[in-house]
Amino acid sequence: MLIGAFTGFATAYLTGSLWAGVFAACLIGILAGLLMALMTVYLGVNQHVSGLGITLFCTGLAYYAFRVIFGTPSHPPQITPFDQVNLMGDVAVLGPIFRQYPLTYYAIVLVPVVWVILYRTNFGLKIRAVGENPEAADAAGINVYGVRTVSLMIAGAFMGVAGAFLTLSTLGFFTFDIIAGRGWVCIALVIFANWIPQRVLLGAFIFGGVQALQLRLQLTGVKFPYELFLTLPYVVTIIALTIANRNAAYPAALLKPYKRE
Amino acid sequence: MSKFRIEKAPAPAWVRPAIPVAAVVVTFVITLVFIAWVKVNPLHTYYYFLVAPFTSTVSMIELLVKATPLFLTGAAVAFAFKAGYYNIGAEGQLTAGAIAGAWLGVVLEGSTPWISLPLMIICGFLGGVLWAMVPALLKVKLGVDEVVTTLLMNSIIVYIVSYLLNGPWRDPVSMWPQSPDIDQSAMFFKLIPRSRLHFGFILGLITLAVIWYLINRSGFGLKMRAAGSNAEAARFSGVNVGNTILATALISGGIAGLAGVGEVAGIHFHLIPGLSSNLGYTGIIVATLGALNPIGVGIAALFFGLIETGSLTVSRALGVPVYLGQVVQAALLLVTLGMFVLTNYRLKREG
Amino acid sequence: MYVIQMKNITKRFGNLIANDQIDFDLQKGEIHALLGENGAGKTTLMRTLYGLYSADEGRIFINEKPVHITSPRDAIRNGIGMVTQHFTLVSPLTVAENIVLGATKGISINPREISKSVAEASRKFCIPVNPDAVVRSLSVGECQRVEILKALYRQAKVLIMDEPTAVLVPQEVDALFKSLKQLVEQGLSVIFISHKLYEVMEICGRITVLRGGKLIGTVHRAETSEKELAKMMVGRETFGVVREAGKDPGEPILSINNLKHVRNDGFERLKDISLNLHKGEILSIAGVSGNGQSELVKILSGLLKPTEGKIVLDGIDITGASPTAINAAGMGRTPEDRHAGVIGELSVAENLALEGLDDYLNRGVLDRKKIREHAQELIEEYQIKASPEDPVGKLSGGNIQKVVMARSLSRNPLCIMAAQPTRGLDVGATEYVRKKLLEQRNRGAGVLLISEDLDEVLGLSDRIAVIYEGRIMDIMPASEATEEKLGLLMAGVLDKEKTPTF
Repeated sequence: MLIGAFTGFATAYLTGSLWAGVFAACLIGILAGLLMALMTVYLGVNQHVSGLGITLFCTGLAYYAFRVIFGTPSHPPQITPFDQVNLMGDVAVLGPIFRQYPLTYYAIVLVPVVWVILYRTNFGLKIRAVGENPEAADAAGINVYGVRTVSLMIAGAFMGVAGAFLTLSTLGFFTFDIIAGRGWVCIALVIFANWIPQRVLLGAFIFGGVQALQLRLQLTGVKFPYELFLTLPYVVTIIALTIANRNAAYPAALLKPYKRE
Repeated sequence: MSKFRIEKAPAPAWVRPAIPVAAVVVTFVITLVFIAWVKVNPLHTYYYFLVAPFTSTVSMIELLVKATPLFLTGAAVAFAFKAGYYNIGAEGQLTAGAIAGAWLGVVLEGSTPWISLPLMIICGFLGGVLWAMVPALLKVKLGVDEVVTTLLMNSIIVYIVSYLLNGPWRDPVSMWPQSPDIDQSAMFFKLIPRSRLHFGFILGLITLAVIWYLINRSGFGLKMRAAGSNAEAARFSGVNVGNTILATALISGGIAGLAGVGEVAGIHFHLIPGLSSNLGYTGIIVATLGALNPIGVGIAALFFGLIETGSLTVSRALGVPVYLGQVVQAALLLVTLGMFVLTNYRLKREG
Repeated sequence: MYVIQMKNITKRFGNLIANDQIDFDLQKGEIHALLGENGAGKTTLMRTLYGLYSADEGRIFINEKPVHITSPRDAIRNGIGMVTQHFTLVSPLTVAENIVLGATKGISINPREISKSVAEASRKFCIPVNPDAVVRSLSVGECQRVEILKALYRQAKVLIMDEPTAVLVPQEVDALFKSLKQLVEQGLSVIFISHKLYEVMEICGRITVLRGGKLIGTVHRAETSEKELAKMMVGRETFGVVREAGKDPGEPILSINNLKHVRNDGFERLKDISLNLHKGEILSIAGVSGNGQSELVKILSGLLKPTEGKIVLDGIDITGASPTAINAAGMGRTPEDRHAGVIGELSVAENLALEGLDDYLNRGVLDRKKIREHAQELIEEYQIKASPEDPVGKLSGGNIQKVVMARSLSRNPLCIMAAQPTRGLDVGATEYVRKKLLEQRNRGAGVLLISEDLDEVLGLSDRIAVIYEGRIMDIMPASEATEEKLGLLMAGVLDKEKTPTF
């Protein structure tokens, strides 16, 4: 995500095109996904440790490249971010809600798209089968490694664009702690949502809503330990995980590398 | 037609210890690309990276300072992993130890080091234990995956620190969000005057020695290793796997907490946001590279101290961004992991 | 016309020859049984045909043309489908999704369409399934039907069924046989793997018997009998250990009363087991594996709690007790899978000390000298080819078994439970283990031997019980047992006569 944020930013900065930035972020995300696939799918390395390694690697690389390209400027280099697009005009209530960045719309559209891919296409069926029971998928003649690799590449692309959203839409510049653990939050989000795309959307609104709400509360000047409020989504996720674990809702082959005998 | 077939075959015994060395070499070859990008001489870079830190006392000491918390987080992670408990939460447990230390250090005002030092250590340890408790209990009692819960606990404590520093604990004197300085008596003494090298270094070495002894020489260690490598057989042999994992997880958290108290009492003297700066995550790398063996962890931590110090030297001498250090560390982890797997296979030619 | 011909198939796993130059063929429209005990090589042969293993030697012909099958994909393309005991179904998906998985073309999937096409196939092949049901909610029999339909949906012309009735209740077995007969009439050919004689006699045309990886012969149903098949399946080899006549059995040492175990999914694995084991006797529980032995062994090891019943060892109630408590009560335990009894990464010495660890601790610290000496003694006494520091995982199967036995026997247990103690061992190690068990009996310990090796059972036991589908079919003195009688009991044939309602 961070490397996406950075790549998107740098490309946009250097090419002057915001969409080129989005595209580049997507590409670098795919590369990171490929690296993850190499480590976990083909080499069968522990996913936690290699995921962490790739995170650190990409973070380091992004920081490094930032310094190489931009040096240590006193003012962070700026670009003009995406404008907000107003779908509803100045209609009361709805107007402000629909004044959003283009990438936000795409993200929302992406949820049904992902749902359709997962539940209404051949490839989605394969993804779900491989995640639940790779032995069964293999016996049915599906290339387990291939499906997993492609899934990771798609995931990488999404994450790259997510990072680019921050630099290209909201901020217009790149800072070192720009991601602030949002990649980890999304893992929590998926657990919270029980691996169901439409519920991820709901979860994202709740997680985002908690953030927005605490900002509002801060502005009202009411004395309020807003930081503790921010821990709520995490606490809820742990509780959700505890309950979900009983129902065994997550893909059965999660975190398990697959090796044919 | 002859073709090659990949076959599962264990590597000869001498290969395993040679892997980290080979991994270092491969990593430096890979990072050549990034060094070449800034158009400096790679050999110079490696010189400043690996050799220059040894040419001055100041940077030698700095190396040890950087290695100090890694001894402890590496030890914490290695200890837990050894029992098959994937504690990703050293980051949060370290912070919990730091909070505990920053609190006690202020409370101990006017005390003497003889009382404060042991209390600080115990308090930091307990802070880590406390933070490790929830995921450990969830794992042992309800079977909830510890990886995700320990990870989430890391995020939670970041907000707690931020709350403390913006609210009740905020030092009124300072303009930064930080807690008041701890009492003089609670500060870890310096090993070398006017340097940043403090008692935490010794504490780290002692901890590594203790966990080595615990793992290899105690009955608990034997049960722990049994539970970690084959839980089913351990249960058959009469090991109470649940209790063993619970104890291991808590001790692991405690050790990470020691790292936190070390950072507070030895370096910063108060709580700041982002105190850990990935020390907990780096601990996972250190533990992995050290093959979960306390001696290996010690060596890996020193090596990481070298890379971090080296990246500063490189940056100062050649203008290569310091973040090269992090790139090298992460690349090293990935290469090592890959190589460990590859040694289980060999290419066989088929006629 | 032969749809399948397998010629001269040899498959080795390390030193073990699982298939030794086996010939097998299948005619169009027949049900051909592959009969043999566990470990006879039936499943290996069929996994080779299905592309899950590659044979070291031999050739495969389909429709009398040579083929190369290197993956299940190839097998499917050649019209071969396989239904195993472990279903390869994805449980959160629907029946229809499972059936079309990997068989669909194009990009999009319309749930209504696939549901319709699966329903059509279901009607065509007369295999009733509900296409929209989620697999997780199905019974075992329904899952099996889905598996069969899955194979047929891919235009399978040959269906391999690996012990299909092992998981079914009798009514489901009847339904299965009915569908199979219908399918064969439609031109399907079936390979039916089993060890149950009466089933084989009921539906198969030809029967091929394997034993110990070798082909024993192929016979027509009309020209054979259950007795002959039992003899072919069980066989007899020379037996190396000589058993002395038993003394009169002593007083009971272990009594198992009305033991029941119901698995989480409601499957009753142990149905009312009652046994008394006396001092100085070897009581064997014979049976084909998978008939409840694993559960019994786990309960007696302290790894599984029984649903009902009581186990008393030397006056101590050990029902549902922990492994440590059962051990302390005087039970020497050998697990079914010896790798589940020792920790491969730990050394021989550490493994030998682990069971009674408190004896080797000095205020929590390992008494390394004592552990080492103890290991050295046992290594000598039990002729284990290893040094105390070697990791157990590096030893051969025979030596691992010796470590497991040395550990439990060194504590002079009152009662010994030995589960499949010689499975997979070479001749030398096998004889050694058997000799040790006899020694223990002569010392006065009660030995409960759980084995599927009839030679072993007949050669060692004082009394023999036969377990079949979770119940003890019969207990008899060894003098009254013959391999034929045991074979029929193990295959559930005598049971059918005794309890026809079953």
